[in-house]
Order: sequence, then structure tokens, then C-alpha cells
Amino acid sequence: MTGPVWSQLVGQEPAVEVLSAAARSAAALVAGETADSGAMTHAWLFTGPPGSGRSVAARTFAAALECSTGTGCGECTGCRTSLAGTHADVRLVVPEGLSISVAEMRALVQTAARKPTTGHWQVVIIEDADRLTEGAANALLKAVEEPPERTVFLLCAPSDHPDDVTVTIRSRCRLVTLRTPPPDAIARVLMERDGVAEEMARWAASVCGGHVGRARRLATDEDARKRRDAVLRIPLGLRRASDVFACADDLISTAEADAGEESKARDEAEQDALRTAMGSGGTGKGVAAAKRAADAAVRQLEKRQKSRATRTQRDTLDLALVDLAGFYRDVLVTGSGAQATLNHPDRAEDSAVAARQWTPASTLRRLEAVLACREAIEWNVKPRIAVEAMVTTLREG
Amino acid sequence: MTAPATTPPPLHLVLGEEELLVERAVRGALDAARLADPTADLTRTRVSELTPPVFAELVSPSLFSEGRVIVLEAAQECSAEIADAVLGYVAQPADGIVLVVLHSGGGRSKAAKSLPTALKKVGAVVTECAKITKPAEREAFVRNEVRRAGGRIDAAGVLALIDAVGSDLRELAAAAAQLVADSGGSIDEQAVRRYHRGRADVNGFMVAEKAVAGDRAAALESVRWAQQIGVPQVLVADALADAVRTIARVSAAGRGNPNQMAGELGMPPWKIRKAQGQSRGWSAGALAEAMRVVARVNAEVKGAAADPDYAVERAVLDIVAARERR
Repeated sequence: MTGPVWSQLVGQEPAVEVLSAAARSAAALVAGETADSGAMTHAWLFTGPPGSGRSVAARTFAAALECSTGTGCGECTGCRTSLAGTHADVRLVVPEGLSISVAEMRALVQTAARKPTTGHWQVVIIEDADRLTEGAANALLKAVEEPPERTVFLLCAPSDHPDDVTVTIRSRCRLVTLRTPPPDAIARVLMERDGVAEEMARWAASVCGGHVGRARRLATDEDARKRRDAVLRIPLGLRRASDVFACADDLISTAEADAGEESKARDEAEQDALRTAMGSGGTGKGVAAAKRAADAAVRQLEKRQKSRATRTQRDTLDLALVDLAGFYRDVLVTGSGAQATLNHPDRAEDSAVAARQWTPASTLRRLEAVLACREAIEWNVKPRIAVEAMVTTLREG
Repeated sequence: MTAPATTPPPLHLVLGEEELLVERAVRGALDAARLADPTADLTRTRVSELTPPVFAELVSPSLFSEGRVIVLEAAQECSAEIADAVLGYVAQPADGIVLVVLHSGGGRSKAAKSLPTALKKVGAVVTECAKITKPAEREAFVRNEVRRAGGRIDAAGVLALIDAVGSDLRELAAAAAQLVADSGGSIDEQAVRRYHRGRADVNGFMVAEKAVAGDRAAALESVRWAQQIGVPQVLVADALADAVRTIARVSAAGRGNPNQMAGELGMPPWKIRKAQGQSRGWSAGALAEAMRVVARVNAEVKGAAADPDYAVERAVLDIVAARERR
């Protein structure tokens, strides 16, 4: 028996089973029916490929824990506020910048030590736990190992590989692995929840690579579809030497535009709000000193905003690179005659053409170049330099 | 300045940001004031810390009318009320007071921007101290310094001195004065080399230029100099990347008139012209290889390599090797 709130999790039946059992044990624990914690534990690590719903899983589980009528009705205040991230006892850490700092985690440990106020559990959710710096992870260790009785930590990361989550954190958590949701489940969710037409939903589910959010974006956003088309035209569009730079320019400027568009309006609003809070526009004695303090605060805000913009830019670029890598993988699959599902079924003709033109070795070299570019961007290489080097290799093979 | 001037000019305007020259102008004004009144003292205040009443106090005549030199620093930051106070004062200057206004020439507010013009109109003595950026200006400065110290220097000596000492004017002035004292007045390249060796100014662009020209020995030499004087490796790596990319872009665009290509490539014509010249020794394959090398070194200097110095050196060697392989 699982509560209705779990329908949020698309195509994750095994994980839902584990989590709802834990929620039932937790409810029994809170009610005082038993002292045995049963299927419940104090720290969980959700892993799975991007888009499989790690953070959704964490929020849903939090909702099930805070549910006031049972174990996840999806209707009561506890469930709704947990899902929306506004529950007083559910602390959400959603990094917008490039990393999570030690200071942030130390403050978090303090709040995690409190008793729940309105709900049953004090829940701490760290989305993108892979962005914890080493110091931040260490600051968290003690709290994750032995939290107070009614505190539970929910961490989300792409995998439990030591590159993503330090082994010390990993060993203190129970692991819940989410799988890539099947296309049918994604299509169904798009149709039912977002009201997308069936044809579009099926298409989006087939090309999204198991990423629910991406499927939704592709199904509902014309620009996203255009951008994807532009990226997938690159492999066969590199004829003349100057195409290399045109394509690289395209990739970079879309990423920059994306970051710029999204952040500009937000940045200004935030700065205005901060200035108002710091008493801008005042007159009289002491204004100069107050203004200096305000300027310092604004500068700090600008720094955070810059970090956020960089991340948006990188994420957009990464999305394009993943699409590209998928295409080369399709070429390899087609060339080998395997019947595996393609990443971009709508581009099957292109990948067939490419498979005839290129040797598997050169396709593999191109695939490697895409992956190397992703890695280089991770290393903080200027995107333009990394992308141009990659596209050069894509043309050469 | 041998004959004591009876009244020093009451208002100086020092325009520009070249610190050494500004200091000299202030010193000059103070010396002139002391010729008239040996007890004249110097007061320096930043305009941003000044209020109109404080300013009025500074420039109000005193009982025994001692000489005073008031220096207003960073006048480009002044507010409208201070600007008004200054202009109000200079219309009726007090006896024995010399006002020196230091202004960068810029300024944010309208009052700050228009202050120099207003001061010039009331007859301020203007000293221009613009930042020296062009090589020719720097050479003229060195020649001037040597002449001030009472010596002579030939053209080769000037170049050698700038090469060895760098572009900091204070250091150049000190070195010039020292050289005149040591060499007895007449300075040539040999005299400079006797006291100075090494190169003070090596930047990433010099390294990159030599690397893409295929000059292995010169490129390595400048890499080592850059390491020696502490040029950040990231800058060298960026310059390498920029040089290679520019050549690749320009040669991919094909032959053409630089002025017409400028808009299309988004680069200034001189850069295109230079890259067209450099691209002669490069084949398409070699450029592709070099692009990969610069992308690699860019990651390496940002932490991917254990030793960024070595990574830069290897990248330079690889670029030269790629060019030769064609």
C-alpha cells in the first residue's frame, strides 16, 4: 500500500516501495507504537541519473514523513508544504552557485539539531550533494552520523561514486538508487500532468534520455526544441573550415544568452531589494557609513549572482554536449547493427548517414572529444576555448 | 627657480593619474611657495573626506598669514557642494595660500567632471600628468629623466633600459638617475647592460607570438622569463589560446581584405592583418592540433596538471612541433 503522494515519482516503483515502508515505520515510531525504528533510518542518499527525480524523491519522502493524516496523502498541509519547500521543519539546501560552502553547512548543522516544531520530523534535504566542497562535507559528517532522535538527512547526488559524494558521507547513509524512467512512464506523466498532446509527449519522452524535466521542457518550450535541433545539426554540418567557428560561436552564444536572459531580470530585482533593505535613498547623518555597508553587501550579492550565472551557462552548455554525445553514440549503435534504442530516434537518418561516412574509430574519437570538452569545462577552462577545440576535432574525426 | 618669486601662483590644477608626475607637480608647487615663504606648510586631504566647512577653515586667511599649500586629492570624486565651495574660494583667493587640485580627468558626477574646465577658466596653472602608455612616450620620459639628472643617453640605451627595468616610471626615473651618477653622464647600451640584466616586462602575448611563429628558442626563453618575473601561468595559457584561435579563425575565413573581414570575424583589422601573416606557416591539420594543445594547457594551468610551469613549457613546445609537422 502506497500513499497517493508517491505518484510524483515517475517510473520508480522499487524505490517507492522502500521509501513508503520507511515512512510507515516512521509513522509507527512517532505514534509511539514501537521503539524499533524498523525500515526507517536517519540518513538517506538518493542517487540516479540526471532527471530521474532525485530531488523529487527527497521532497516526496519528506512529505510522507510530515504527513498529518497518514503516510503521504498528498492533500494535507504537511504534504503540500513539504512538496512546495515551505514546511517549517523541512530545510532545503538548493545550491544555485557552483558549490556549497562550509559556512552554509555549519549553520545547517545547528538548525538540524533542533526538535521539529509543527511536523513530526526535522528534515534536511541537500539537493546536489555532489556540490559540497570537501570542507563542507566534513562539517556535515558528525551530524549525519548521529543526528537527534527526530532528525533525518536526505542527500541527493548523481551517483555514490567518491567523485560525487565523499566515502565518509556515503558510508553514513542508506542508499536509494533511482533508475532511468522508461519512456512510456514519462510520456504518460507528460500527458496526464502537463496536458501535452500524445504525439508530442511520446516524441519528447523518446528523445529526452530519461530526463523527465528535459522531456517537459522539450514538449512545452519551442525554443528548447529549436536549440536541440541546432545542436544536432552540428555533426553533419561541419563542411568548411569556417563552419567550426560558426558552430562553436552558436553553442557558446546560446549558452550565454540563456544565462543572461534568466539572470538579468532576477539580478536587478535582487539588488534593488537588498539596497532597499539596507536603507538606500535615505538622507541625514550617518548615511555615508550606511551606504558603504550597503555597497559591500551589494558587491557580495553580485559575486553570488555571478557564480549563479556561470553555473546556468555551464548547465546549458552541458545539456548541448550531452545531446551531441548521444548522437555519436547513436552513430556507433547504428554502425554496429545493434538494435538498441537510439538516444535521438528522430535523427535516425542522420546517424545512419554518418555511420556510412565515418569509421567507428573516428566516431569514437569524436565522442571522446565531446566528453573531454565536458571535463574541460568542469576544470574551469574558458568555454570558448574548450568548445572550439572540440568542434575542430569533430570536423576532423 | 633661482630668483625668489614674490607671489607663487595661488591655484594649481594637476590633471592625470601618473603618480610620479603628480607627486612632482605637488613638490614643485610646494617649492615655489617656500621660495616666497620658507615656513609654508603642506596639508593634503582627500576630497571625499572633505565637507564645505572644513574646506572653508582650510583656506581661510590666518592672523599672521603664514604660507600654506593645500592639496585636494582625488578631486574627481568631489560632490557638487565641495565643487561649489572650491569655485567660490578661487574667485577670491586668500593671500599666501596655494591651492593644488589633483584631478584624474574623469569623474562621475557632473560637478566633478566640469571642475577642471572651471578651474582653467579662472587661471589655474595646469600640469598634465596623463598616464604614459605608448612606448614612444615612455622612451621620451627616460630621455627626459636622464637630461634632468644631467646626462645623455642614446636610443639603444633607452630601449635596453626599458627592457631591463620595466614600465614603472618611478623605477625608470630612479634607474636613470643612478645610471647618470654611475657612468659619468653619457649612457649607452653597454653602460645599461653593465648594471642591469634580464627582462622586466614579458607577458603572455610575447610568448604566444614567438610560439606561433615557430621560434622555439625565443619562445622558450620568454616563457622562462615570464616564470621568473611571476607572470601568472593562466595568463600565458590564455594568450597562447588567443593567438592560436585567432590564426585558426582568420585562416578558416580565407584570404580577403582585413577591413572587410573585421566585421564578420569580430576582430580589429590590424589583428586580422597580423594573423594573416602568421597563418602562412600553418596548415589546417597543424592548427587543429594546436587548438587541442591550447585547450589542454588551459585546463592544466587551472589545476589539472601537477606543475603548471611545466605544462606551459610543454604546450609551447607542442605548438611549435605541430607547426613544423604539417
